[in-house]
Amino acid sequence: MADKKIIVNCETGEVSEVELTAEEVAQRAADATEAAKAKAEADADAAAKATAKTALLAKLGISAEEAALLLG
Amino acid sequence: MPNTYTKIASVSVSSALGAASMDFTSIPATYTDLLVKVSGRELTGVSLLFTMQINGVATNQATRELRGSGAAATSGTNTIATIDQNGSGTTASVFGSADIYISNYASTTTYKSYSIDSASENNGASAYMRLSAGLWSSNSAINQLTFYASSGNIAQYSTATLYGIVKS
Repeated sequence: MADKKIIVNCETGEVSEVELTAEEVAQRAADATEAAKAKAEADADAAAKATAKTALLAKLGISAEEAALLLG
Repeated sequence: MPNTYTKIASVSVSSALGAASMDFTSIPATYTDLLVKVSGRELTGVSLLFTMQINGVATNQATRELRGSGAAATSGTNTIATIDQNGSGTTASVFGSADIYISNYASTTTYKSYSIDSASENNGASAYMRLSAGLWSSNSAINQLTFYASSGNIAQYSTATLYGIVKS
């Protein structure tokens, strides 16, 4: 069974369920790919920053709490 | 500051099979701004993201985003309007939340700016918050907003409510 979108007409209040068109299915797949790519990049960036932070704290010989005190 | 909020319409996913999207059409041009409140969850996907289309297209959008997990913060740009919501792998029956504010949506002479404040929650772990500033580069009045999960269907019991705001 094809996936359906729920549409509400704001003028009439009518709610309908309509099957996706082929174009919408293709667009949806492309958007999913783009979203997965963006999430992977964001996660990798966050992981790299966390790793760099840990390494810097180790190099300085202080804890994250102590670093926060210095920066506060 | 606008002081009048009027509920225009709401959508709720009632089927256990979920829905491909939640779509507001024929939005009247009689308000000053629009506010959408979304409570959503992915049925099968794990992207933790919803996407917002304007007038049926995902193009002509540019956003600047700040995202935090509680452990690290990132920022970046995007060409689609993304909204943090709960993925299927997060705590059962927990839904994300989001506010989307669109200023001067009915203008036919200017581009439209919007802000998105959204969060997902996973029982205290791996939760995200995203703040986005966006621009839809079109002079067309906004008369349609579509929300869909970036991966798979939107889960049952997800909701979206559209409000119109008139300047005071």
